[in-house]
Amino acid sequence: MKRWLPPLAIVLALLCAWELAARLDVIAHALKLEPFLVPSPSEIAQALWQDRGLLTDNAWVTLQEVLAGFALSVAAGVSFAIVLHLSPTLRRAFYPLLVASQTVPIVVVAPILVVWFGFGIGPKLAIIALICFFPITVNTLDGLGSVDPDLVKMMRTLDASRWQTLRRVEGPSALPYFFSGAKIAVAVAVIGAVFGEWAGSSSGLGHLIQEASAQLQTERTFAAVVVLSALAIALFALLAALERRIAWWGPNGTRS
Amino acid sequence: MRMTSEAPVAEPQPVQRAADSAAGGSDALAGAGQATQRTLGAGVAIRGLAHAFGGLRVIERLDLTVEPGEVLGIVGPSGCGKSTLLELVSGLRAPQAGAIEVEGAGSPAERLARCAYMPQRDLLLPWLAAIDNAALALRNRGASRAEARRIAHPLFERFGLAGFERSRPAELSGGMRQRIAFLRTLLAGKPVLLLDEPFASLDAITRAEMQEWLAEALATESRTAVLVTHDVEEALYVSDRVTVLSARPASPVAQLAAPEPRALPRLDAVTSQGFTSARERALAALSGGAR
Repeated sequence: MKRWLPPLAIVLALLCAWELAARLDVIAHALKLEPFLVPSPSEIAQALWQDRGLLTDNAWVTLQEVLAGFALSVAAGVSFAIVLHLSPTLRRAFYPLLVASQTVPIVVVAPILVVWFGFGIGPKLAIIALICFFPITVNTLDGLGSVDPDLVKMMRTLDASRWQTLRRVEGPSALPYFFSGAKIAVAVAVIGAVFGEWAGSSSGLGHLIQEASAQLQTERTFAAVVVLSALAIALFALLAALERRIAWWGPNGTRS
Repeated sequence: MRMTSEAPVAEPQPVQRAADSAAGGSDALAGAGQATQRTLGAGVAIRGLAHAFGGLRVIERLDLTVEPGEVLGIVGPSGCGKSTLLELVSGLRAPQAGAIEVEGAGSPAERLARCAYMPQRDLLLPWLAAIDNAALALRNRGASRAEARRIAHPLFERFGLAGFERSRPAELSGGMRQRIAFLRTLLAGKPVLLLDEPFASLDAITRAEMQEWLAEALATESRTAVLVTHDVEEALYVSDRVTVLSARPASPVAQLAAPEPRALPRLDAVTSQGFTSARERALAALSGGAR
């Protein structure tokens, strides 16, 4: 319980400062804005409650996109990492391409994907998968490669096939690394979903933010951002909990 | 801790005899041949072995023979290439010169199929229960988990590990972990055991206990075994015969028969006159080889 006090105190203090600054119109004056454009935390909380139906409906859409896109990139990323691990030639061939895929600005790619795949869930999945793929693949690949070579040698003396060594030794060794990548991926997946929705959609939190800010409904915009962060934090916490349960021998496991 | 004297449970797996006869000359190489009570084949024969890492000559002109069913101890100064020697014999590493035959088989792959290698570190997989670690080779050969456990279970009883089948390696003491690593080596079902400083990482008291334990375990299993160690006492107590290697590049400088009488409790054995004189001879050979 004591562990939670310092961060809680900081957050509360910041919220109080914001509340005061908004109520006294300090920010609005400084930025030469109409006071209604700078909502206070209490007004955002109010918007959260009033728009709860709208927010949950759109959050559900975004959550579906994030989960599907994330699942897609886990499947693709882990398979790709295994293939690259088993073949040093393929690894050398594809690794630069893998890094290059991360240098492509998603904001630019998103509208093109919408042109190609339409306004449905397709382009959102593609964008999320594109963002998540890199941390998952690279971390899993590092994990597979960082296995104690003596363990691999031992498996050879115990008549293990290449596949058995992968399944019984390299895979479990790489699992904590995979979770590190997946935790990064799931957090950025939420951002990817927003980009995807901005590029073209009719629902989702990203769409709601775009619409609300265009109509100068700043409380609603902030409320949607709060829900979005909560979503990302919840997904991250879920993966961290899964890691403790499944990869309990790793550095973040329950027993090590 | 004590083992009951029943028949070995982990019988060596039959290896391809066709390959043996094709290789030929196995009897001549090993000397004793098929005459031993357990048809183990032809033990280990090493002729003119040499190996270097870059410019560093680790092993040179090494000849060694291990009779079937014999436990050969190899002692030598640290870094003299003892571990490399075991890796070469096991087939994990290909030698640069010379010939190695295990049960008459010469190629690294065939030797790998006949040798069980126990490394210095226990290398237990932290995500597997003790019994699943011990039964790893059975699983690799296609046994189901239940089947592998059923085969491994009686050995836990016999080797003083009863009740620890489901423990995780992290919950076990160093001595217990080494015993499980030894079970894993036994359950590989190979006719030849290669033990690479199995107790080097243990404290002195546990090491003494484990030496007693290993001597008994090897007596009940009666497989061909090579024990590499830097501990002269350990080699003399556990083995039937001890070869002393020189400093790098390693080659044999002395042969010692195990001091009689055998199979005494460790404390009685190591204080007997035969043992102390054998130890002195071994130490003299060691310091001569290190000069």
